[in-house]
Amino acid sequence: MVTVNRVLLLFAFLVGAPLLGGLLMGIDRKISARLQGRFGPPILQPFYDVGKLFLKQTLVVRRSQNMFIVFFLVFVIVTGAIFFVGGDLLLVIFALTLAGIFFVLAGYKSSSPYSFIGAQRELLQMLAYEPMIILAAIGMYMVTKSFSVAAIIAHPTALITTLPGIFLGFLYILTIKFRKSPFDLSLSHHAHQEIVRGIATEFSGPTLALIEIAHWYENVILLGFIYLFFANDPILAALAAALVYFLEIIIDNTFARAKWQLMVKSSWIVTLVLGMGNLLILSFVR
Amino acid sequence: MSYLSKSPWIIHYDASSCNGCDIEVLACLTPLYDVERFGILNTGNPKHADIFLITGSVNEQNKAVILNIYNQMPKPNVIVAIGICATSGCVFRECYNVIGGVDKLLPVDVYVPGCAARPESIIDGVVKSLAILESKHLKMTSGNEATQEISKVA
Ligand code: SF4
Repeated sequence: MVTVNRVLLLFAFLVGAPLLGGLLMGIDRKISARLQGRFGPPILQPFYDVGKLFLKQTLVVRRSQNMFIVFFLVFVIVTGAIFFVGGDLLLVIFALTLAGIFFVLAGYKSSSPYSFIGAQRELLQMLAYEPMIILAAIGMYMVTKSFSVAAIIAHPTALITTLPGIFLGFLYILTIKFRKSPFDLSLSHHAHQEIVRGIATEFSGPTLALIEIAHWYENVILLGFIYLFFANDPILAALAAALVYFLEIIIDNTFARAKWQLMVKSSWIVTLVLGMGNLLILSFVR
Repeated sequence: MSYLSKSPWIIHYDASSCNGCDIEVLACLTPLYDVERFGILNTGNPKHADIFLITGSVNEQNKAVILNIYNQMPKPNVIVAIGICATSGCVFRECYNVIGGVDKLLPVDVYVPGCAARPESIIDGVVKSLAILESKHLKMTSGNEATQEISKVA
């Protein structure tokens, strides 16, 4: 019975995550447009974009650059698969990092000055958010005595009650992970004339579509992390994930771009104070 | 109607425009006209773009730049000449360094005349070019040369 459930969950993730991710992206663009006083594109616009990209010709600088994008997508999907069947949280984090590394390598491989800068910035972003993600996993382990996602979900109390600092710290680095302003440095999504499109500059047509789809998967996985903090009440947890996404859209639209120095410093300070502080208090209490 | 006409991404290049037409192109992105409601995005990257908007006439200096941008755009793509300068060279056509309209260099699909072209007519021109984009894609996939190139005046 349990295995049947897991297969169903896996299937739901493989099919549902890109649909949900694309829909969320569409809602994001609509809300952003409304916040700027514009009418905005249709909610399904991200799907139209990806559909169009698949009809276009593939232009490459080097043929091998597309391989890295395929690996990026594959490892993001693997990450999500481990997460949604209730696997090991540490494995999830490492697989996600590996996927990120493939994305960076793709940027380096396509040898354009813009993708180089984008790749370097992406590495800095990883430097900024990685410690907090690890601390989140450690915090969940200290409370639930397990790294397994299934066990964390089965824990009777909401993790937010014991890990409020970790949750806030995670919210902070989520902006970096979503690649949203003020920390949208590597893809330069809003200030697109600055380093053109960062890592994605040299990718066109179907490969760009794969990058888009990988980001949809990634966003769903990250919202899954938010879900874990409220997992004992599924409805509240889904609501919290939706609220966090909305908050990210507001932050995206209200803050100007920050420099990478500020990103690394501030995220490490947040990690140290909120993340480590939370862990210390937790270890004293018990 | 395929996805091509639902999400046209644009690259805008200022050849030797007086900036009048450029301001009008950028005006299309403002809340008043908001072309993103048609899925139109200004990408600033030829590798992501479907529509090449050129303002101003072609001269000896920017000839190479225009060709470079065009060659980096994945097929199918279309070229839209914005303003009378890009269409024919306007009053600058006699200048010693000006070659003329964009069609002296590249096959232009839609001409949007006007000095400066109004945002409404620019949007109209882009929407007209979508049909040509579709037919180019059809030609690409079927390899049918009989479908001829159509140039329209917006
Ligand atoms: S058409 Fe008129 S406004 Fe446009 S670039 Fe030429 S001179 Fe300027």
